[in-house]
Amino acid sequence: MNWKMSRIVRTVTDFLVVPIVIFGIYLILHGHLTPGGGFQGGAVVASATALLIIAYGTLGRHKKDLSTIEAIGLILFISIALLGIGSTMFYNFLAGTGGMFGGTVEGINSGYINTGGTVTLMNLAVGIEVSAALSLILWMMSKETGIMKPEKKTSKTESKEVEN
Amino acid sequence: MKKAIAILAFLIIFAFLILGAVEMRPFGEPEQEDMDDYFLGDSQPHNQVNNVVTAVLFDYRGLDTLGEATILFSAVVGVLTVLRETQKKGGEDV
Repeated sequence: MNWKMSRIVRTVTDFLVVPIVIFGIYLILHGHLTPGGGFQGGAVVASATALLIIAYGTLGRHKKDLSTIEAIGLILFISIALLGIGSTMFYNFLAGTGGMFGGTVEGINSGYINTGGTVTLMNLAVGIEVSAALSLILWMMSKETGIMKPEKKTSKTESKEVEN
Repeated sequence: MKKAIAILAFLIIFAFLILGAVEMRPFGEPEQEDMDDYFLGDSQPHNQVNNVVTAVLFDYRGLDTLGEATILFSAVVGVLTVLRETQKKGGEDV
């Protein structure tokens, strides 16, 4: 049988997942202003995945999508690092040039979101990669321990039931 | 006998720890201060970042972060390989 928790747990999960994901995205996007960053925010987003797996026992069939997102995050990180290879790898070529990520900060300030140059973009890339990677690890391990039912069997039985 | 050896080992290690704690430098006064001053003073003019920790992670020590991300990626590849679905074409469990 498919693992599923009680209605109370599922309802509370529905309410909690959105704030958890938003908090993770906040940590990722404000990595250059406040404590946190790509790794921590990605772990927070992955904890929302853990909550969904435990409450519902399934997440559909998006395993390959998660793999692709993870690879895209890592490739984005490496390409941003290589873009500054004119001087050195990981050179912050966007800092202070104006525009979207090129704002300038000086001395004591309240913190502006459009500063940081490549640091902000790298936080975003690492956040994408870590959230997808930890979700994938949780997914595979929960499936192996039997919390999640194998996808193929459920789909077959469901289709048979529908046909009958 | 085993207990005596354990107590002896504990006392020796504890003595070394106490020795290290007595000879420790005061908090906030490291032996080499040049690197700290460089990071604290130049992370704003160089990177336009308020958070010095993030500036170190993603700019000054970026290769280390790249290694971390690659380790996570290879960990996921390992998990996917070990826990892959082992089913034959007929759909029966092996």
